[in-house]
Amino acid sequence: MRSMPESCSVQRMNGGAMVDRFRINNLKKLKMIANTIRQDVVRMLFEAKSGHSAGSIGLADIFTALYFNVLYHDPKNPQWPDRDRFLLSNGHVCPVLYAALANAGYFPKEELLTLRKLGTRLQGHPHRGTLPGVETSSGPLGQGLSQAVGMAIVAKAEKKKWRVYAVLSDGEHQEGQIWEAAMLAGKYHLGNLTTIIDRNNIQIDGYTEEICPLEPFAEKYRSFGWHVIDVDGHNVKKIIDACEESKAIYEKPTVIIAHTIPGKAISFMEFLTEWHGKSPKKEELDLALSELEKQRDSIESDDF
Amino acid sequence: MVYGGIMAIKKDMNLADPLFDPAPKAVPSRDGFGKALVELGEKDPNVWVLTADVSESTRTHWFAEKFPKRFVQIGVAEQNLAGVAAGIAACGKTVFVSAYAVFSPGRNWDQMRVSVCYNDVPVKFHGSHTGLTVGPDGASHQALEDIAITRVLPNMVVVAPADAEEARKATIAVAKLPGGAYIRTCREKMPVFTTENTPFEIGKANVYRDGKDVTIIACGECVYESLKAAEELAKEGIDAAVIDLHTIKPIDEKTIIEYANKTKLIVTVEGHQVNGGMGSAVAEVVSESQFPDPVQVIRHGIHDQFCESGESFDLLKKYGLDSEGIAKVVKKAVEEKKR
Repeated sequence: MRSMPESCSVQRMNGGAMVDRFRINNLKKLKMIANTIRQDVVRMLFEAKSGHSAGSIGLADIFTALYFNVLYHDPKNPQWPDRDRFLLSNGHVCPVLYAALANAGYFPKEELLTLRKLGTRLQGHPHRGTLPGVETSSGPLGQGLSQAVGMAIVAKAEKKKWRVYAVLSDGEHQEGQIWEAAMLAGKYHLGNLTTIIDRNNIQIDGYTEEICPLEPFAEKYRSFGWHVIDVDGHNVKKIIDACEESKAIYEKPTVIIAHTIPGKAISFMEFLTEWHGKSPKKEELDLALSELEKQRDSIESDDF
Repeated sequence: MVYGGIMAIKKDMNLADPLFDPAPKAVPSRDGFGKALVELGEKDPNVWVLTADVSESTRTHWFAEKFPKRFVQIGVAEQNLAGVAAGIAACGKTVFVSAYAVFSPGRNWDQMRVSVCYNDVPVKFHGSHTGLTVGPDGASHQALEDIAITRVLPNMVVVAPADAEEARKATIAVAKLPGGAYIRTCREKMPVFTTENTPFEIGKANVYRDGKDVTIIACGECVYESLKAAEELAKEGIDAAVIDLHTIKPIDEKTIIEYANKTKLIVTVEGHQVNGGMGSAVAEVVSESQFPDPVQVIRHGIHDQFCESGESFDLLKKYGLDSEGIAKVVKKAVEEKKR
């Protein structure tokens, strides 16, 4: 596995002064990290022999933006009280969370290959308390936003500087609890809450708009009192910009609808619902890794 | 031969005197919960309270009036109630969530399981309006399954207080526990027969009355009725012990086994389905233990059915959960055991 060249912790100093340590602003470096995370994820899923590929791969750019630029966190001190809270609501894409955490320095990268195996800290769906950096247990869909809202209510009531971020899937918006939470976030004007929806249009049984349509997605959120931003979920710069924009919206929670391609960057996975819930075989792993290595070369040679 | 009678009531339990006041002080057990929240709120700035549009009837409005900044009105959304509580609790707060038990944990069991128990965060569920004493609202509103669905969860403590005073103590006690808890209370005014000096410890059953022929193990609104039943049974020559099993989980195996050995016959009494309820929990303990003589457990409660509308005490009578009905079941069990 590739190792990360530098620690990536980003801290908020005592007394409210913000100091960035190792926050990565170089786009080329960020793209390399996203590529590394994708490689890690396919290796993990191959080793595990089960798991959710398409969503995990499709979220690599968003998790890169979060863990290497947006979030104030400290991998060496995961319980730092003033850290930003990050919650993953659609727990089945946890391989990308684990890969981001390991690359940021929360735990050794070798441990990534223990995913889903007996005795591992990398449970099939995330478990709070088992692995450093995991803020909540998730798996049963629709539960993450309520918890994020609870945390944001505390931060607001106690005038804390930390913010709450959550990643949600599009399909899980068919769960009623999400809309209960969205309504309450509007009521409390939670300007310290930013969510990112992985709008990849797929769910287990097919395409979201065929199973049970979510559109008009943005209008729904606006009518619940949210600030809505649509972004290309593979453009790291735009994801970071959208998160920055959300910080400027004081009176409303922000939802970033990140349009992504499931399985993005791996040719045989892209757009296919069949890759929602399966892992790659050996030849698929090799093909995926060779494609990702080629992309690495082109990132290297690209001019930004 | 002199049978127990009122003399058999254990003095060290400091129950109300007189115990069987013809006009007892009657208060709903939910009041004890609401009162405790205010006590907790005064002592600890980390105590938060959430409700789902039932603040007055679950008595959380007393807390809300005093500590509005630590009170969250969620609206009619019990799944969100549990989830938001889990998020607040993950920030180091002790969170009480309060709603009717048919909705919480009835509606939000999955959130209780994953967001609270699997996360192992200190969210304390208060399910009010449990059992038959919700009265005229009818079967849809009678929580008769809540013990079963909560006691099965890891990281969850389950308490069914016998009166308002015990509910107050239970609320304060669960606030000190590190993880999740469920407290069930009743809507109806019920005699307050325990006192400030009655002991209360999570996981430690209270033996209110000693006896040698049969042990009645009851919880919640059925404890006082069981004490009255034991009094009646004494007149007929049946010496019944009465145990208040306020904590259903963790269960007090020691006391249950001691009395199983002593009386060889246990009748459990609960305002809940017998399937999976407190009686099942007692039967589980007994069936996994070794005894020199056979021990029988009879579960008295609601037998796999939905009930109906009616005044609380009429319903208790109809379903045999008043003192008369309990005495009848116990007497039959004793007689059958003798044969």
